[in-house]
Amino acid sequence: MSFYRISTIVLRQLYLIRGSFSRVFPLFAWIGVDMVLWGFLTKYLNTVASAGFNFIPALLGAVLLWDFFGRIMQGVTIAFFEDVWSRNFLNIFATPLLISEYVSGLVLTSILTSLAGLFVMLIIATFFFNLSFLAYGFMIIPFLLVLFLFGISLGIFGSALVLRLGPASEWFIWPIPAFISPFVGVLYPISTLPAWMQIVSKVLPPTYVFEGLRAIIKGEPVSGMLLILAAALSFVYIFLAYRIFVRIYRSALRSGLIARYSAESVS
Amino acid sequence: MSILSVRNLRKIYGNTVAVDGVSFSVGRSEIVGLLGPNGAGKTTTIDMILGVLEPNAGNITIDGIDIFSHRSKAIGRTNFSAVYTPLPGNLTVYQNLRIFGRLYNVTNLSGRIEELIKSFDLEKFRNKKCGILSSGEQTRVSLAKSMVNNPHLLLLDEPTASLDPATAREVRIKIREFIECGEGGVLWTSHNMYEVEEICDRVFFLSHGKILLEGNPKTLPAEHNKKTLEELFIAVAREPLTLEVG
Repeated sequence: MSFYRISTIVLRQLYLIRGSFSRVFPLFAWIGVDMVLWGFLTKYLNTVASAGFNFIPALLGAVLLWDFFGRIMQGVTIAFFEDVWSRNFLNIFATPLLISEYVSGLVLTSILTSLAGLFVMLIIATFFFNLSFLAYGFMIIPFLLVLFLFGISLGIFGSALVLRLGPASEWFIWPIPAFISPFVGVLYPISTLPAWMQIVSKVLPPTYVFEGLRAIIKGEPVSGMLLILAAALSFVYIFLAYRIFVRIYRSALRSGLIARYSAESVS
Repeated sequence: MSILSVRNLRKIYGNTVAVDGVSFSVGRSEIVGLLGPNGAGKTTTIDMILGVLEPNAGNITIDGIDIFSHRSKAIGRTNFSAVYTPLPGNLTVYQNLRIFGRLYNVTNLSGRIEELIKSFDLEKFRNKKCGILSSGEQTRVSLAKSMVNNPHLLLLDEPTASLDPATAREVRIKIREFIECGEGGVLWTSHNMYEVEEICDRVFFLSHGKILLEGNPKTLPAEHNKKTLEELFIAVAREPLTLEVG
């Protein structure tokens, strides 16, 4: 693998972002709106709920982490969609670029764009709504890591899906975080869910993050083993997502879809 | 040794044989025309040489390097320009040359980009987005990109299709210069038989995925009792069986 070529995929995205307000704006806009909306909601809840429970770290912190996850996933898929939208597959895949380098470039792009988003979220949550990440202690690091890894896996999987189904299928990708959120208990404990949903929850790494976050707020210990399990699960999902991407790419090479991608299918 | 060697290449889509046992080569400092009617298998052949389409059978080597077992190394010695594949319109001329130059791992890239901008008269478009350029200007950018890595093998799929005669002539001159200045070879597809006759050293006529004829474009028509290359092309397109060799 060549880091030079990987960084070229990132450079292409930076060129696009640098010159485009419509690309910069979404990096911050929706997460900013979410922070403000949930910030005021949690403030309101703090005034009407029984004294002693602080909704800010429980709800606003959870929303912030969930938005971070969403940005990571979208960071990968949007970088991929840029090549879809500009019909660039033939140009880019007819170069010496390896598929592993291409996917690594998408991931690296996502890290940079989501860090920018995270920074804005932290500013709003900390300075406007007094959310202190010190409340979570060092556990914030494994929390972010698990969400980051799982976001990467879903981003790669989503890109693979669009590579397989064609440009119009990008609309399948946007709702994925919303579809997953009820299962992982972003805003409520998993015990609230019916039994079958709890089974699904257990194989989704973010579940352990949000359960851990609530445990900290209640002053209970967080299971390090469960977080390690969550991180291990995320690595498995990244591996599987990458294998699926490579398999679909190779299938597209056989079918001719890479060269005729705008046709959406070769049948 | 040939720069490009294609042996028994075969591609099947479902029940359709798009390329059927094609073999040919491109030598150093040689421009080879790959001719044939629409759907003959020219672009399918080029896609396989570019490594974006996997053949059902056959092998392709570039500078003796097999493109399937050493894809990155072999593809690094090629480049291409095709009328149906414009560069991303949302990047400027300079940005596109920089991105593709890096993907081909070009040394002294900044210097190479300046050479190409000068050579293809792109200075005034340097910071313009490719999407707003005219089709002729986009073709020049695409050709500049195709030469960014000084490729040993240049694949040109109808490079002059959208150009006015004067610009098309300039492009042909650039391709000639590319051949004369180095040891590269060119595989060229075109439907303009006058252009092919002027620029190609050798041509192959492809029909229904098979090579029917091969030879010097200046002498080939007479060898098949036709007055011009265009007449021969029409005969290949309409009555390929009457021309089949062997």
